[in-house]
Amino acid sequence: MKWDVDRAATVLLDCEATRTDRPPITDEWPELDQDTAYAVQDETLRRRLARGERLIGVKLGLTSRAKQLRMNVASPLVAWLTDAMLSPAGVPVPQDRLIHPRVEPELVFVMRERLTGPGVSAAQALAAVDRVYAGAEIIDSRYRDFRFTLPDVVADNASAGAFVLGPVGLSPERLDLTLEAVLVEVDGEVVDSATGAAVQGHPAEALALAANDLARRGHAIEAGQLVLTGGMTDAVPAPPGARVAFHFTNLGSIQLAGGQHAARSDRTS
Amino acid sequence: MSTLDDLAEGLLQAVRLHSPIPPISARAALTIDDAYAIQLLQVDAWVRDGRRVAGHKVGLTSTAMRRQLGVAQPDFGHLTEDMFFAENTAIRAERFLQPRIEPEIAFVLSRPLRGPGVNVATAIAAVDFILPALEIIDSRIAEWEIGIIDTIADNASSGGVVLGSPPVRPDQVDLRLAGCVLHRNGEVVATGAGGAVLGSPVNALAWLANVLGERGVGLEPGQVVLPGSMTAAVPFDAGDVVTSVVAGLGSVTARLGESA
Repeated sequence: MKWDVDRAATVLLDCEATRTDRPPITDEWPELDQDTAYAVQDETLRRRLARGERLIGVKLGLTSRAKQLRMNVASPLVAWLTDAMLSPAGVPVPQDRLIHPRVEPELVFVMRERLTGPGVSAAQALAAVDRVYAGAEIIDSRYRDFRFTLPDVVADNASAGAFVLGPVGLSPERLDLTLEAVLVEVDGEVVDSATGAAVQGHPAEALALAANDLARRGHAIEAGQLVLTGGMTDAVPAPPGARVAFHFTNLGSIQLAGGQHAARSDRTS
Repeated sequence: MSTLDDLAEGLLQAVRLHSPIPPISARAALTIDDAYAIQLLQVDAWVRDGRRVAGHKVGLTSTAMRRQLGVAQPDFGHLTEDMFFAENTAIRAERFLQPRIEPEIAFVLSRPLRGPGVNVATAIAAVDFILPALEIIDSRIAEWEIGIIDTIADNASSGGVVLGSPPVRPDQVDLRLAGCVLHRNGEVVATGAGGAVLGSPVNALAWLANVLGERGVGLEPGQVVLPGSMTAAVPFDAGDVVTSVVAGLGSVTARLGESA
């Protein structure tokens, strides 16, 4: 069967619905380029909205230099967030709708004003922000072992799974986000730490990139929307039973329990 | 079989000849205590040469480093007066064999601190002020091919210290959640937080006081303690300029001169 945008969108949404991972689409469809991959991503969004989900913002992926080097790309990628991905604070990782969740700490913006590229600078981007929150993004690739090429991960909505927001939203003018730190604890042990400078040098640079990239695709970041600016550290596994905590300097702490094993669909491997 | 004296002399000679040596753990079966004995033999030699101990460093304070070396505990080394270098002033590259650099916060003590029995509260109470610091680490072991025995015997891979100058009292900053950004030649090369150091740099200070206490050694007023790095170490090559910025503590810059 021939691959096209519709089929790729169907395959990826089916993987999500049945909690089944699969090989990279580019294994079978090597012609999948970045523009077509974004068309797949947009088609999956259209179908999410058609089934009643609401668009609440965007996320950036590959904002760390380490990840960009690993994937051999020069800039981050942008993907969609819907209300179905929002996980309330204090609720365990929703294992029953995820395949192999990993979790990473992020800085999250809530927009006060609409932000439209091209040509948006970090300073202009930050001026459009209402509040900054800590975030825990639960990423969940539909690809087996998180093995994918750049077009694969673009099509897969940048591995979006779910996310949790921290307890306090602060005005950005009160924070030097390059020095806002996070400590990553797994099972009570500090395993990693970073600051906002790990995100494109400054999370506002990531926000500006998102606005400019979305303009190319004919979209803006709307007032009231959320922007997840990208992982500050590498993601840590969040299987059932995991105990992960992110402690931020000024933005509070997020505790994430791995939750219970969920019955999972049959899969081939 | 090499004696501890021979092994200590081998490390001293590596510095004199400016030539790294193979891992000493390959030359003899050594315990952790043997390794510290080799370190102390070198410190004794330095003191006989007129150098004075000005403080200590704690190493292997990150979970990642301890896993890499397969150890559960940090280690410590000695800082002598001549290992301190001024900020913004070119440091002679010839001082080191294969230097790397890492961001730390330095404790300066106002009171004696002697274990055993030191806890976080007594450790903080002995701190006069805190400074941003860069530690230059170096290894006398070729290609940094070190195990736990090699690094302890080699003075915990110490090289030098650059202290920043804005002093901050310990009650003015949350050291656990203080962010740190490390710049090398203008690029962000690493970020981290104080808690990367044993959960808090204060834990490292207490650990040091307790293990030194077991050996009958106390920390003295005015001494400097480097509790461990907030990020992975980065290269520090001739001509490099490295700056660490720490939330609430300001910044510190180290310059390594061009090789002569």
